[in-house]
Amino acid sequence: MDQQPITLLSLGFFENHFLQDIGAVVNHEFFFPVNIKEAHLDLIEFYDAARKQYNGNRLLKEVDAFDSPESLRIIGLFSVDLFVPILTYIFGQAYMGGRSGIVSVYRLSNERYGMKPDNAILLDRFKKEVVHELGHTFGLLHCHAPTCVMRSSTYVEDIDQKDHSFCAECRANLKLD
Amino acid sequence: MAKKISILVVDDEESVRDSLNNWFTEDGFRVECAENAKVALALLESDNFNIILADIKMPGMDGLEMLRRIKALKKDSIVIVMTAFATVNTAVMALKEGAFDYVTKPFDPDDLSHLIRNATKQISLSEENEILKTKVVSLENVEDLIGNSTAMKKVLKEVEGVAPTNSSVIITGESGTGKELIARAIHANSPRKFYPLVSVHCGALTESILESELFGHEKGAFTGAMFNRKGRFEMADSGTIFLDEIATISTKMQIELLRVLETKSFMRVGGNKEITSDFRVICATNRDLKGMVEKGMFREDLYYRLNVVNIHVPPLRERIEDIPLLVDYFICKYCTSMNRSLITIDPTALQRMAEYPFPGNIRELENMIERAIVVGNGKKITLKDLPFTKEIVDNSIESLDDFEKAFILQILNKYSWNISRTAKALKVDRVTLYNKIKKYNLKPSE
Repeated sequence: MDQQPITLLSLGFFENHFLQDIGAVVNHEFFFPVNIKEAHLDLIEFYDAARKQYNGNRLLKEVDAFDSPESLRIIGLFSVDLFVPILTYIFGQAYMGGRSGIVSVYRLSNERYGMKPDNAILLDRFKKEVVHELGHTFGLLHCHAPTCVMRSSTYVEDIDQKDHSFCAECRANLKLD
Repeated sequence: MAKKISILVVDDEESVRDSLNNWFTEDGFRVECAENAKVALALLESDNFNIILADIKMPGMDGLEMLRRIKALKKDSIVIVMTAFATVNTAVMALKEGAFDYVTKPFDPDDLSHLIRNATKQISLSEENEILKTKVVSLENVEDLIGNSTAMKKVLKEVEGVAPTNSSVIITGESGTGKELIARAIHANSPRKFYPLVSVHCGALTESILESELFGHEKGAFTGAMFNRKGRFEMADSGTIFLDEIATISTKMQIELLRVLETKSFMRVGGNKEITSDFRVICATNRDLKGMVEKGMFREDLYYRLNVVNIHVPPLRERIEDIPLLVDYFICKYCTSMNRSLITIDPTALQRMAEYPFPGNIRELENMIERAIVVGNGKKITLKDLPFTKEIVDNSIESLDDFEKAFILQILNKYSWNISRTAKALKVDRVTLYNKIKKYNLKPSE
């Protein structure tokens, strides 16, 4: 029987090779086939004019409701600035042990922090955040191991310190259905 | 995460509760949410939460009022208040009411992580503190109070009974029986254990010095009083004062002591300000205080004020079955302090100890063991290491003549009844020795 795929749902404007690279890492870490899809969403509905950001909670619900019964997991990929009501921003979020997650590339780029653009670093950070949120959907909590991909990151510098992969303990705890 | 910390989120906005719930769950915390203060207080009554994150602006009871009620319910709770309407006043008020910290919504993810990290650090410090306190208390409990005899068990039971109360205690017993240790055990097992136990050896101080020691003095109160000084009663505030050798204090001091015990207030020597202090009194004496009262040497009213509970510590000769335990304890204590490997004691030496009346009680036994470890061969304490050789253990000796008879007989036996050698050892002439043998009717033993 064919394995159900993990779907990477592009809701921003990402170049194909960018998505393929992320898909390769996801496949390497979770051993499931990866399905890359593009979709369109009217983001204005999720825009908070007062905060000039997009509501991450509502976007996560929207991705979760996306009609894709064949998918084992869905990660929505965005290029807009995400927030949740209590926090000033988020890189991404997911339903713990659930089906869906979201990640945005918006705050991962060097130029947001006054540094020279670097696409390689940007892609590297994006891959780690996608694997991280997928890890939550497979039941993993934040990890204290310094290089584990499940380590909590509140700044981009924190993301740079970790790997794309799980530490031994997280890998053992990964609840692959 | 080694231990699952629990967090209660209290906010009327569902989206805030959900976001925080997700955030903390991902971090491995146990999270519960409440939509208002009433629900939160009900949850707190049935469950324990390490950290409470509460909004200030809520319909019904606001966060500050809830904070007050939480603090009344559980004093050590860590409450972090959050609001979208930050003003310095609300922050100050929240902190004054006992909030751990204060944050303004929405917060930076890193600020939230820091806040929770600080709170968990505080929790582990408090827990460590509790563990250390328990360890300190258990050390106090076991320290030096050795004994398995019926007499000692009775004393320990009395200590256990009186310790949690606030009653005054008189500890009686011969010198060296460990009265101060009993006082320390009472204090260590009382609710005052985290406050000082202040000891005063009344017998070692003159009346004027004792007065200054107990009540303190103001600068210039007498020649040499260059600075203000706190007295022992003041130092013992919330704790216990131990007055050793209470029977030795003068009549004047007895009157002053009675007044302090009744009012728990006093003035420093040379001072005019009334000082109050909440202390418990434990006294000790090796004298017959009741007899002194009958002879008019000790005030009856003070006696009854002090003698609410009397604990009598038996002399060592009345609990000889404790000697082996005590010997082992002192061997261990002194070998450790002298950095030597543990040694044993010869059964003959132990037997001899059991026969000895120990007029100096445990203090004498302790000194005996310390000396034996110093002079001994470092492997085993034998009879020759103990100071028994020149001591006559015949309990029938009651007069100088008895002593002379026993001593001459001992030396005669030592020199196998050789009269010349014995006379030389005793530094008397042979005729004198013969006369003494005749007088005491001494004969060589079979």
